[in-house]
Amino acid sequence: MPADASPFTTVIGLEVHVQLLTRTKLFCGCPTTFGAPANTQVCPVCLGLPGSLPVMNRRAFDLALRAALALDCTIAPFTKWDRKNYFYPDLPKGYQISQYDLPFSSDGSLEVVDPKGAFPPRRVGIIRVHLEEDAGKSMHDEAAGTADSRIDLNRAGTPLVEIVSQPDLRSPQEARAWLNELKLLLVYLGVSDCNMQEGSLRVDANVNLHVPRGDGSTAKTPIVEIKNMNSFRSVERALAYEAARQWEEWQRTGIEMGKAPKQTRGWDDAAGITRGQRHKEESSDYRYFPDPDLVPVTVAAEELAAIRAAMGEPPTRLRAALAEKWGIPAADAAVIVNQGRDVVAYYETVAGLVGEGKPAANWLQQDVLRTLNETGGTITDFPVGPAALADLIGRVGRGEFDTARGREIFAGLLTLGRAALPADVAAAVAALGITAVSDDELTDLVRGLLTANPKIVADVKGGKEQAAAGLIGQARKQNPNVNPGKVREVALTLIRAM
Amino acid sequence: MSLSATDVAKVGVLARLALSPTEVEAMARQLSSIVGFVSQLEELDTTRIEPLAHPLDTRNVFRDDVPQTCLTTNQALQSAPRHDGECFLVPAVLGETGAA
Ligand SMILES: [Zn+2]
Repeated sequence: MPADASPFTTVIGLEVHVQLLTRTKLFCGCPTTFGAPANTQVCPVCLGLPGSLPVMNRRAFDLALRAALALDCTIAPFTKWDRKNYFYPDLPKGYQISQYDLPFSSDGSLEVVDPKGAFPPRRVGIIRVHLEEDAGKSMHDEAAGTADSRIDLNRAGTPLVEIVSQPDLRSPQEARAWLNELKLLLVYLGVSDCNMQEGSLRVDANVNLHVPRGDGSTAKTPIVEIKNMNSFRSVERALAYEAARQWEEWQRTGIEMGKAPKQTRGWDDAAGITRGQRHKEESSDYRYFPDPDLVPVTVAAEELAAIRAAMGEPPTRLRAALAEKWGIPAADAAVIVNQGRDVVAYYETVAGLVGEGKPAANWLQQDVLRTLNETGGTITDFPVGPAALADLIGRVGRGEFDTARGREIFAGLLTLGRAALPADVAAAVAALGITAVSDDELTDLVRGLLTANPKIVADVKGGKEQAAAGLIGQARKQNPNVNPGKVREVALTLIRAM
Repeated sequence: MSLSATDVAKVGVLARLALSPTEVEAMARQLSSIVGFVSQLEELDTTRIEPLAHPLDTRNVFRDDVPQTCLTTNQALQSAPRHDGECFLVPAVLGETGAA
């Protein structure tokens, strides 16, 4: 449904927690390796044992700065950490070390542009980025019917940045695209692996509806925070569901923001619905106060400059650079860069060998990426290497094979590669029983066809060049390896000479 | 400055303390006197004083991102009231985690 046809505007803000790519936790030297046996990566600090003291991980702070700079945030020259107090079994200290009134960065933004223009370019404000520690993991096996929950504290104390956006997103689709852009940025810059399956990236969403009244004013529905979404697709689905649910509720009850408390709802992916959860504690109930165990941090201008210099190129700049270097449309460059660094490297190798950007971009998108989409897997273990693909593209470009034949050879390369056989064009051509047609062979063949088709010859001579197309089917019947484009070209040349 | 019974009951809930009505009344009296004592600070003019984030002048204390030896699981669990050799055991926790 187009935005102007909708009776309301969906207003979305996101809160994203991202695990930083450090070797150790935020305040102690325990490793952050994923999947280790329960409670094997713990020490007195992250267990919250009495007398232990936290010391901040330099790398975590630098990566957090890198994330904030990449999001165009203002970096505070002075920052401190606070205790957020609440009781929960996965939080051994009884408080989380987080940042309250003096986060290290604020006021940034990140723009998302859809390569196909599905929505207008959207610049989303970032309210703040701050550095905090993660909690542990509590597991409850309801099926086993036991009365206990089991607590694994391996994750407790893992460094996270919390990124809070302004409510600037206007559709579930935009929210998903923006998350993809954020993830791409953080992965490109080495801030995080953003692996949602391993909990390295988690998203909560705030959503409500703005409903225009007849008198020009706007009614706003109560804000709902959605939790428990475990993929970007879930985020999109949950937001779409929640917008529809709020619209239905609004029409039924007319309850506006401020007339009901902010609600937290959990997304049930299997059922495809959100469900109400306990009311969130008010911010003052966390009784924040400065953590006396950690001294404040000041950031000098030279440090910022050093981090900026070591940051690497963000996707926005990479897209522009790729389009410029290889002379490809911005949309093509976007698709390639959005696939990540490895696909960019693959593309650049192919384009370099072919000596031309556009055909390489076409084959990459239409054949390589489509195959990856269908079969899964990554570009690094793709059965067709960049050299073989470049060879194939070059030969198609020189007219040795037409595109349809090229596709068959590409499929042949895939088959060879998957069977762990040498996947080069010559091998694929041999396996498919294709032989290249020499120019002499082709000329003889076309000459024979012209003798057999005087009407076509007459038509072409009479100015109807398109009549030559009638020869192509016949030519392929005689020799399936002929290139249709070449048949036409040779036929026209011969007829002109007649 | 005085704290009401309602204030004290709320603080009690946040601190997970089960307070009887008699205890709430006693706490309200004692806490009011403590808060009253501290509130003498409000008599000072602090308009041109920078808020104190930390009593020490030290700044920027960091450590390198280098793994250290952890406790063994047995050591980690030994002081727990209940465990199963791998995890701490606590009364059932249902629903979402409190992490934010
Ligand atoms: Zn530790």
